[in-house]
Amino acid sequence: MFDSLSGRLDDIFTRLRSRGRLSEKQVEEVLREIRLALLEADVSLKVVKAFVADVRERAAGAEIHKSLTPAQQVIKLVHAALIDVLGRETVGLEPSPRPPRVLLIAGLQGSGKTTAAAKLARHLKASGRRPLLAACDLRRPAAIRQLQLLGEQAGVPVHAEAGGTDAPAVASEALGYARAEGFTDLIVDTSGRMHVDTELMAELSAVARSVSPTETLLVCDAMTGQDAVNVAESFVAEVDVTGIVLTKLDGDARGGAALSMAFVSGRPIKFASVGEKLGDLEPFHPDRMASRILGMGDVLTLIEKAEQAFDQDQAAEMEAKLRKAEFTFEDFLGQLQALKNMGPMSQVLQMMPGMSKLPVGDAQIDEQLPKIEAIIRSMTLEERMDPSVMNGSRRSRIARGSGTKVQDVNKLVKQFGEVRKMVKAMSGGGRKGKGRAGLPGGMKLPPGMGV
Amino acid sequence: MSDLVIPLIAVLFVVALVAGLVMGTRRRPSAPPRRRAREAPVTRLQTPPVVTEPPREQATAPVELARPSLRDRLGKSRRFFGDRLAEALGGGVDEDTWDDIEAVLIQADIGVETATRITEDLRAEARRGRMGDAAEIRALLADRLVSLFDETHDRALAFSPEPPTVWLIVGVNGTGKTTTIGKLTADLAQRGRTVALAAGDTFRAAADEQLGIWAERSGATLIKHQPGADPGAVAFDAYAHAKARGIDVLLVDTAGRLHTKTPLMEELGKIRRVIERQGRVHEALLVIDATAGQNGLIQAKEFADSVGVTGVALTKLDGTAKGGIALAIETTLGIPIKVIGVGEGIDDLEPFEPKTFVDALLS
Repeated sequence: MFDSLSGRLDDIFTRLRSRGRLSEKQVEEVLREIRLALLEADVSLKVVKAFVADVRERAAGAEIHKSLTPAQQVIKLVHAALIDVLGRETVGLEPSPRPPRVLLIAGLQGSGKTTAAAKLARHLKASGRRPLLAACDLRRPAAIRQLQLLGEQAGVPVHAEAGGTDAPAVASEALGYARAEGFTDLIVDTSGRMHVDTELMAELSAVARSVSPTETLLVCDAMTGQDAVNVAESFVAEVDVTGIVLTKLDGDARGGAALSMAFVSGRPIKFASVGEKLGDLEPFHPDRMASRILGMGDVLTLIEKAEQAFDQDQAAEMEAKLRKAEFTFEDFLGQLQALKNMGPMSQVLQMMPGMSKLPVGDAQIDEQLPKIEAIIRSMTLEERMDPSVMNGSRRSRIARGSGTKVQDVNKLVKQFGEVRKMVKAMSGGGRKGKGRAGLPGGMKLPPGMGV
Repeated sequence: MSDLVIPLIAVLFVVALVAGLVMGTRRRPSAPPRRRAREAPVTRLQTPPVVTEPPREQATAPVELARPSLRDRLGKSRRFFGDRLAEALGGGVDEDTWDDIEAVLIQADIGVETATRITEDLRAEARRGRMGDAAEIRALLADRLVSLFDETHDRALAFSPEPPTVWLIVGVNGTGKTTTIGKLTADLAQRGRTVALAAGDTFRAAADEQLGIWAERSGATLIKHQPGADPGAVAFDAYAHAKARGIDVLLVDTAGRLHTKTPLMEELGKIRRVIERQGRVHEALLVIDATAGQNGLIQAKEFADSVGVTGVALTKLDGTAKGGIALAIETTLGIPIKVIGVGEGIDDLEPFEPKTFVDALLS
């Protein structure tokens, strides 16, 4: 399925790497794979076509077509073209000439508007502003209550009208209140609506007219498929969308919808929502998204996840141990626990560039973990600290205790020693080239993706 | 930068170790999967569950509603899809026709591979001279799409011979779980069945209130705990309540969760096991958003693994999204689509029927 995606790209590029230059035919072949990759990442077909045409044009230029060009330049080219669409830099919110700055939140049902509104409010409050939330989703049952509760959690007041039925009126009243009370920002949450529902779309533009927003943010689910392009077109046509908020990026969707939305609307993606907590809203990073869409791994996200999972002091201590190859099974067990917090191993692997090429099933990897843990847990502390004391009888005891075979124990102990050496070389040497050679199974990091 | 690298190295360390071990054992047949989540005891809250019963006098006679046809409801989708197809088939059959057909299928989110396969099949048929004109191609395309659905699947929602029937509703955030429950409840109530709703989404703000409003609309009983309570405990109490009162159907709402969050997925398994200590779960319905892209397949697989999904509820088909991903889920994972959501109204839920569905999309 999707695992093969980056694998396929890797394959084709490996093939191309071995050749010196690219013919026009080869460029077409690469473009076809890229088209497939983008489609499987849920980039809308329309956008894929335009995008591939753009890449073809770039490739036809002197850079690739005529000169001696290694294939990795194609990747760079595509990556750069993606970033061109997604935006080069992280774009923040527009300032307003006079307060309050009005942020209108719009989108389909279930895209995450209410949560995004609350997260934005918290984000603004944390940066020293004084936001007010306005509950203008008068349709969904308990939507107002949801915003009130979230506002409470964020410590941001919520303007709501019990029993209100006229969204534009509620919005404009909230604006009056915000002006009178000196709020710096007004965040207007609206009902989810289908872009084909003319009545509701008209209501949305009425709300927009009643508050003249500084920013109209379209909230988009990162898991959206081909329909993203229709959604973006309709919303842009109805209200003046100024930016996009991408939600649910903490899943494993490649998020091609982001590219579709940015391409069709021509508006920047301003924020990405990456978790269920109110603090989980980040400025959008185009470069990371580009890597993710291409299935090139997402090293930065991986590092961030690791940072959350691993304690800083612990990490520093670990580093020292790693350098001196003093890393023990006891430490390893601790790491394993932290790693579990990052999600299934197979998914962590997916985030690592080139790892999707690993010739093993995800399930196998996830199955191995409990087994490893059982073996280590069956060791005494002494054995964990110093594997060399494990003689035959100890090993068979461990195997019995963990419900495994002696061979499994042997293999783990042996592998552990080898990896310990390898990691020492990686961290001690400090040079990436040296470390990579030590990765098992000939895993290679794609060019430009070094850590 | 260096403090960023350290955790990564640690991760790499573990990854390398595991990968090495797996590759070493690869040739031997691997042991059967043995991933059992720890069975936590059901936490009982000090506060008793809140049970909101419907007012006694409500006795809604089953009303036959004049429902617009599925074709009408899917009108917008149909127009979009149909136009594209008409365009593709309008100017006679040539090479571009096939590309256009493939494009139409890809845009329905059925997946590139399937789209390409169907298109190639059609093209091969045409080459063999089996058909020539647009009408024939269209008919064959419809045929092919319908044949992708397994006709042996029982698409009816399962009932227990004796009450309570238990349906567990799961899905990622924002797919429309609670709304689907609201619609199912209305439908059941109209057929004269008594319904209880378990407010198992104790995470999202005001989720229980949202469910409560739906319960009120259909005269169902709502069983809820405090926000943040253990959803397993809610399910446990709700089942006990439904059993004691002889309520026909218990619908268990759950918090939306991304399939990548392992502890949350394990929690779902636990909710199911808690119910199964007293009775059975007759349906575990996965709610899939029609706008979902290819990631929907991974979602379905993860949910199937953790909670044993028995059917798919495909929602938001009233937009321009085709919901092709549900077809991919059915053909790849063998999980039948059972109901579809076609609007925001309380009656906007339909049984899924492959032929009508495909016809509506292509006509």
